[in-house]
Amino acid sequence: MGSSTIKPGFTFEYTMWIFTRISGLAMILLAIIGITAAFIMGARTQTDLPTLMRWTFFPNPNHVVNSEIPDITLGWANAFWQIMQILIVFFAATHAYNGLRVVLEDFMGHTIWRPLLRGFIFLLWIFSLILAVYVILAS
Amino acid sequence: MSLKRKVGFFQGLKYRGKGPMWAWILHRITGLSIILFVGLHVFASFFMQQFGSDIATSINIVYESWIFQILVIFIVIFHALNGFRIALLDIWPQLLVYQREALWLQWLVFIPIYGLTIFILIQNNIIAI
Repeated sequence: MGSSTIKPGFTFEYTMWIFTRISGLAMILLAIIGITAAFIMGARTQTDLPTLMRWTFFPNPNHVVNSEIPDITLGWANAFWQIMQILIVFFAATHAYNGLRVVLEDFMGHTIWRPLLRGFIFLLWIFSLILAVYVILAS
Repeated sequence: MSLKRKVGFFQGLKYRGKGPMWAWILHRITGLSIILFVGLHVFASFFMQQFGSDIATSINIVYESWIFQILVIFIVIFHALNGFRIALLDIWPQLLVYQREALWLQWLVFIPIYGLTIFILIQNNIIAI
């Protein structure tokens, strides 16, 4: 059996395997951009770790409002950070739900529960994304 | 492909895959922990903001305590660095020859980042009081 007999196409599992790598790298990049911007906007001297994590992983005015730092929402309330939030939520939610699916399917056989689980996780994923985009654009 | 293996949980723990095996197990545990943490945090914040729920408020107070942060920071930084190593080795598979060295390098990067964060965390929360 030579390697020429194996022709991997873009199956669902292969696509998600690639997506997991790309989204993981993208989230590291987005987190670095978020944490850098937070430091530039004054996080170096004015904040604690929970606040820094809020700014790094979800730079949303409604989210960072708990920081108790005056006028900090002005720095985050623009289209650039809305796009950044949507990107980070999309990558994080998709990466997480797919990871959950992979872990759960490792513990199940090929029964009727597998497509049911996939459907349930797909619906949860769509619901989470719609909700997150609504929260981001409304705030 | 189906589940026909005859290996129990405790038997599986005896498998001596050493570093890479433990990294794989930790990656799964930390990944599931992040899902649990972020999911609970989103629910707690929703119920805190909308209904002023006491349970949700206490959950968020636990999340923001510095002791809990030590755990969360470990989980997040480990998952990120380990995932970064996996992605790099998958992009350049010829580097897989050095996968054990890559794991050592990963811990060498992990220790200063985590150590510095913990140092600042403890300095801000114990010494500054």
